[in-house]
Amino acid sequence: MLLRRPFSVLLSVLASLALAGTALAADLAALVGNLTSGGLGEREAAITALATSGDERAVPILEALGAGQLYIRNSDKLVVIGKVDGNKLALTEAISAKPAGSAVEADLERVRVNNRLRGTIEAAVGSLTLMSPNARTRLNAADALFKRRDATALAALDLALAAEKDPRIKRVMSEARAAIVLATADSPPTQKLAAIALVRERGDRDSLGILKIVAAASDGEVKTAATAGADSIEQALAAWQMAQNVWYGISLGSVLLLAAIGLAITFGTMGVINMAHGEMVMLGAYTTFVVQEVIRTSAPHLFDVSLLIALPLAFVVSGAIGILIERTIIRFLYGRPLDTLLATWGLSLVLQQAVRSIFGSSNREVGAPSWMSGAFQLGQLNITYGRLWIVVFALIVFASLILLLRKTPLGLYMRAVTQNRPMAAAVGIRTPRVDALTFGLGSGIAGLAGVALSQIDNVSPNLGQGYIIDSFMVVVFGGVGNLFGTLIGALTLGVVNKFLEPYAGAVLGKILVLVFIIMFIQRRPRGLFALKGRSVE
Amino acid sequence: MITRFLWQGMTRNLRLFVLLVLAVGILVPLSNLLLPPDSAFRMPSWAVQLVGKYLCYASLALAVDLVWGFCGILTLGHAAFFALGGYCMGMYLMRQIGTRGVYGNPILPDFMVFLNYKELPWFWHGFDSFWFAAPMIVLVPSVLALALGWFAFRSRVTGVYLSIITQAMTFALLLAFFRNDMGLGGNNGMTDFKDILGYSVQSDTTRAVLCFVSALALAIFLVISAAIVGSRFGKALTAVRDAESRMRFLGYRVERYKLFVFVLSAAMAGIAGALYVPQVGIINPGEFSPGNSIEAVLWVAVGGRGTLIGPVIGAFIVNFGKTYLTGALPEVWLFALGALFIVVTLLLPKGVVGLWTQVMNRSRERRARAAA
Repeated sequence: MLLRRPFSVLLSVLASLALAGTALAADLAALVGNLTSGGLGEREAAITALATSGDERAVPILEALGAGQLYIRNSDKLVVIGKVDGNKLALTEAISAKPAGSAVEADLERVRVNNRLRGTIEAAVGSLTLMSPNARTRLNAADALFKRRDATALAALDLALAAEKDPRIKRVMSEARAAIVLATADSPPTQKLAAIALVRERGDRDSLGILKIVAAASDGEVKTAATAGADSIEQALAAWQMAQNVWYGISLGSVLLLAAIGLAITFGTMGVINMAHGEMVMLGAYTTFVVQEVIRTSAPHLFDVSLLIALPLAFVVSGAIGILIERTIIRFLYGRPLDTLLATWGLSLVLQQAVRSIFGSSNREVGAPSWMSGAFQLGQLNITYGRLWIVVFALIVFASLILLLRKTPLGLYMRAVTQNRPMAAAVGIRTPRVDALTFGLGSGIAGLAGVALSQIDNVSPNLGQGYIIDSFMVVVFGGVGNLFGTLIGALTLGVVNKFLEPYAGAVLGKILVLVFIIMFIQRRPRGLFALKGRSVE
Repeated sequence: MITRFLWQGMTRNLRLFVLLVLAVGILVPLSNLLLPPDSAFRMPSWAVQLVGKYLCYASLALAVDLVWGFCGILTLGHAAFFALGGYCMGMYLMRQIGTRGVYGNPILPDFMVFLNYKELPWFWHGFDSFWFAAPMIVLVPSVLALALGWFAFRSRVTGVYLSIITQAMTFALLLAFFRNDMGLGGNNGMTDFKDILGYSVQSDTTRAVLCFVSALALAIFLVISAAIVGSRFGKALTAVRDAESRMRFLGYRVERYKLFVFVLSAAMAGIAGALYVPQVGIINPGEFSPGNSIEAVLWVAVGGRGTLIGPVIGAFIVNFGKTYLTGALPEVWLFALGALFIVVTLLLPKGVVGLWTQVMNRSRERRARAAA
């Protein structure tokens, strides 16, 4: 009984809707005027008429009416929408949607509705949005209908389907229709089977839910089809879940790659164990923080490009400090890798404490520019822009580094020094200079990593410490002195880590990865892709 | 025969030094117990505790020096063995609390009641008896060192790679012990100890005895290390450090030498950790943090790598500095520690002991020249 009333009203709405194409669209103002005059019966007719008009501007008015926010102003009988703002109501003119000042409730008269009218309004809004000239509105309406499975909207949906030209929206509408058919207990089995096929093809979590309900509630052929559909969706979803895990893994791997790649250069080329590498990353992150602070205070409109400004600065800051370290400490320790390890560890403590003294030990806020926030849906994958950009950035950094090593004179010198230091010196390469530049380059890249990591991690003096062990694992796993090894090592460890997480939990997963690496180094002490030749020993 | 073996490594300096360690271990606690409170020579109780703590650190440093200084294995995970020994002792001490805990459960320690454990995890059985816990203190770190060393040395993982493996090991243990599911107290670790062998851990007498035992342990470790280093075996060990490939070509089973020293050193670290825990009254996963292991390496570097006296002196110097600075100028401590790392590696590769020998040699030369 409860349903029948709005349903019959809806039929009349639809009947008039069918005529709407031929009928002249009535003036919105007049229709709204009808809405506010007369009794509830007339109001119903007016709503129907508004729905028939197909005028999209009617949607907010109808919604306001349904929510009890449509008023008539006593002073000039203007129809307004009132939203609570403090102890007054902020008014908007209903027809022109212009602000109309504010008023207290006593100066206004509310346009009354009852529950029955609310049903009518909802149906009217539904059909208006489904028929809206705006494709996005139609799509959202159809999608919402799929989730709501509102049987009363079936007739409106059928009409909209008949009128729809856009194949994508048409598809969503037929899916919504299928969902409604499945939700209605007495629809014929042939229709239900067709509907199951449609819903199964959609294949997301909502579809799975619908099919499971159908499978539980029905029997015979429909039950079999629904069960089969649910199973196939479940399988597909498992595959998507796998893909999502791979994506998370790649995302983690790219972070590891960023942190490790600079280390791969200094460790791989120069055999220097730079324990202060993590602090170079931290300095990059703090550079980003300083850049954003300056922008915030002096040029807020540049905020969206703050990261782009921070990148070169971070590279220069970390790189310069790297060169300074090389010139003052590390160059005295060549050939004593274990001593460099201790000295750079000490250095990392000094840098941490220095940053703590300057910026304080609490986390610093680094904001995300607008193009890095938000997410999008790819099939069933949920991809955040921030992560996507970090993956892209890591690959760009990696590619530029490869280019630098392969195509520039500096790269040539660096490779020569890596492969055979005495011979490189003998043919006239100034190895100390190359060492300094290499160390600067590695540190500079760590700075770049810091800019990226400032987006996903807390910017604190301890930022670097969290990455140093992981970075070493990546470099050692991939093979020292081999950048592609580092790439593959980082991605492998990232993906393995993310695949272990659902089964073992984050911490245990990490422990397993560490144990795996310890075992792996036993098998291949020089990593996945080991350098071969006499120079290695 | 054993005495002769133990005696052979004792140089005159070392003999004096062992006596000095024992003297500290006896005089410091005695002065606290026997002298009247207003005497100028009486050590306050906290100082006894502090000296005890330093003695344990010195044992750890000696253990690190044995593998790093004499065998060239730079371990960045020795604090893990120290902490494992500590945890074994902690488990024994937890079981001694009995019904005196907050929840008064006669079997389950407080944190287990808190975490809803129904019964004692299997690895806790036996730890109510000291005579079970004591061998565990040695066994647990040794077995871990044996497993790690067996694989690593056999695969010829050396140098930096070995350092990174040991660091990964202690990091993995750190993460593992932070988990509440481990059944070892999670991130809070174990504390609120009451008794050790029936004596209250809080009492001055117990503390004095623990301090003495720590000194005794250190003295014994010094004698054993000296004996090993001075023996034929020790010569081979040093040779492995300096020219591993050559030793292998000469037919020595290099990995066995390394493994023996590594396991022995882990056992020493475990005992040191076990003596450390009742004196500081707490053991938590923070002891596994990679920084601790690296700090232990610094003690050795400061004192003098490859000498037996050096690590002990280094441990005392650095930790005294740490106690003083973290109290007086906390901001400066990390700067000082960091600078110490850099200065020692750059300017004092042989540490304080090396510097001392250098100075002595120079003055001897000068005297010789003056005489001539």
